[in-house]
Amino acid sequence: MSLTTAHSVVAPSGTAKGIAGTIIVAYALISIVPLLWIFATSFKTPPDSIAYPPKIVFQPSIEGYCNLFTTRTRQTPEYINSLGPATGFCDETVRKRNMVIAGPSNFLPRFVNSLIIAFGSTFCAVFLGTLSAYGFSRFKVPLADDLLFFILSTRFMPPIAVAIPIYLMYRELGLSDTALGMILLYTAVNVSLAVWLLKGFIDEIPREYEEAAMIDGYTRLQAFWRTVLPQATTGIAATAIFCLIFAWNEYAFAALLTSGTAQTAPPFIPTIIGEGGQDWPAVAAGTTIFLVPILVFTILLRKQLLRGITFGAVRK
Amino acid sequence: MLNRTAENVARATPEPLARKVRGISDKGLAWLFISPTILLLLAINIFPLFWAIYLSFTNFRANRPNEVVKNLGLANYQRILGDQDIWIAMQTTAHFVFWTILLQTLIGFTLAWLIDRKFRGHAFWTTIILVPMMLSPAVVGNFWRFLYEPQIGLFSYAVSFVTRIPPTDIQMLSNVSLAPWSIIIVDTWMWTPYVMLICLAGLRSIPEYIYEAAEVDRASNWRQFWSITLPMALPFIMLAVLFRGIENFKMFDMVTLLTGGGPGSTTEVASITLKRQAFESWRTGYSSAFAIILFVAVFGLANIYVKALNKVKQR
Repeated sequence: MSLTTAHSVVAPSGTAKGIAGTIIVAYALISIVPLLWIFATSFKTPPDSIAYPPKIVFQPSIEGYCNLFTTRTRQTPEYINSLGPATGFCDETVRKRNMVIAGPSNFLPRFVNSLIIAFGSTFCAVFLGTLSAYGFSRFKVPLADDLLFFILSTRFMPPIAVAIPIYLMYRELGLSDTALGMILLYTAVNVSLAVWLLKGFIDEIPREYEEAAMIDGYTRLQAFWRTVLPQATTGIAATAIFCLIFAWNEYAFAALLTSGTAQTAPPFIPTIIGEGGQDWPAVAAGTTIFLVPILVFTILLRKQLLRGITFGAVRK
Repeated sequence: MLNRTAENVARATPEPLARKVRGISDKGLAWLFISPTILLLLAINIFPLFWAIYLSFTNFRANRPNEVVKNLGLANYQRILGDQDIWIAMQTTAHFVFWTILLQTLIGFTLAWLIDRKFRGHAFWTTIILVPMMLSPAVVGNFWRFLYEPQIGLFSYAVSFVTRIPPTDIQMLSNVSLAPWSIIIVDTWMWTPYVMLICLAGLRSIPEYIYEAAEVDRASNWRQFWSITLPMALPFIMLAVLFRGIENFKMFDMVTLLTGGGPGSTTEVASITLKRQAFESWRTGYSSAFAIILFVAVFGLANIYVKALNKVKQR
């Protein structure tokens, strides 16, 4: 802290702070409204969700969530009356709309696919990225700058441009619409981020630690395992979360290379259709469930965010 | 705990292998560590790229793999450069990139400058502002379609509430002149926080003593802003513009789900044209050529821009 803290000549005045604060709070509130609206819509009934004027106060319902997890068929009232008593809330709600639950929807499997592919590719990308970053950080690698630039340049390609040959290649190799194919692809995309971020983190760990360990009789590999890795845990965790978010959010590859068994949630959510157009409460419910992990991660990551989004170029 | 794991691994390793691993030179270890990444990128990124280059000289169609493939030389490239639709898509992309970057830089820098006043609770509100940029662009595009619905959508309702235009007339997604702005609004909503965050880092990197010196010299606030704040934050602003420029040039997911390129082709940015050519018309060779042109364009522009950025940094 400088000596001028008490009567700083440059510190903003109270009024300036007040005005700045008001504008920022207003912007934050307005920008968060769309998300709150989606969250609210997920608890509306289909008629409430398309009411005019838009309903701010409404009777909450979990019909959207029921519709998200089930498929339904329309039946005659006579048939529905002939059935036994409803089992549970969802059943009851659906029957009121002259429908019966036909079975589970594809949402859960798609969500599980997203989890498997995101975690699988993140693990591989961080594993490969940590090794490479350590290699680039500690050893004299010939053409290191060129290799690092090559690793980054793979990010400049538009995903659709990459998808054309990948589509053909996967068709030949039988990797189309498989979790393995998607994990490989996302690993390749994420590894560039992982190498660049982790190199920054490992550069910050003093070499003296390993050198001391090696004087104590450790080999280079043991020194890496026992001194560098424990010190890089924060960096590795932050990198892992960035990779997870990318794989979780990715749409272009998923939409083009998966169609059924390996489809992830982002291409699935827009296909949720109800009777007479899109079933917005169900879409909103799917969106809410899909976004919650991201919100948690954003809060966990807020200190490392800047580094992650600039490939480690800005470190604060 | 890590130590114990390492010891167990060491003990479990058979003697000859252990000797081999221990005896490995630093140079060997460097390659051992780096080569898996390089191999993966060669297999998943570079090999397909070369395949795409090869395909771009042919008339190959992925939906007819058994047809005889003819070598066309540069014909695909010539056709693309003369194709009216491609030029329209490039103009649409340019319009989108220009306006999103302009709005995001202006709003993002202003927000960063305001947050840098360090009012009470600024950290909390900054985190709230950052949320949109972490979301999936596809899911964002999909739920903004709901907000844009005429009459029932929240956006249309809010606009009509303020402007008194009947809400049924606010057809953001189906009106030819409004649709390009609908994608610009969503992109700006989503990515302004990104520019803001980088600008904020720039503002915080300016040492306090420079302002103190300026204050001693009785430089006005206006003068301080133009001769200290802006020039010193410029490399950061340019970095943000570079990243946003590349990302928006490649834009696909958000626009696909919001407008699908429509109405007609008014919001058909380059990636959507590419997708239609490659995966709907199945003109694989032709679209590969277009993909190569796009890649070279992004790569070239980014290179020129990075050079300019380094010049600014050196100043």
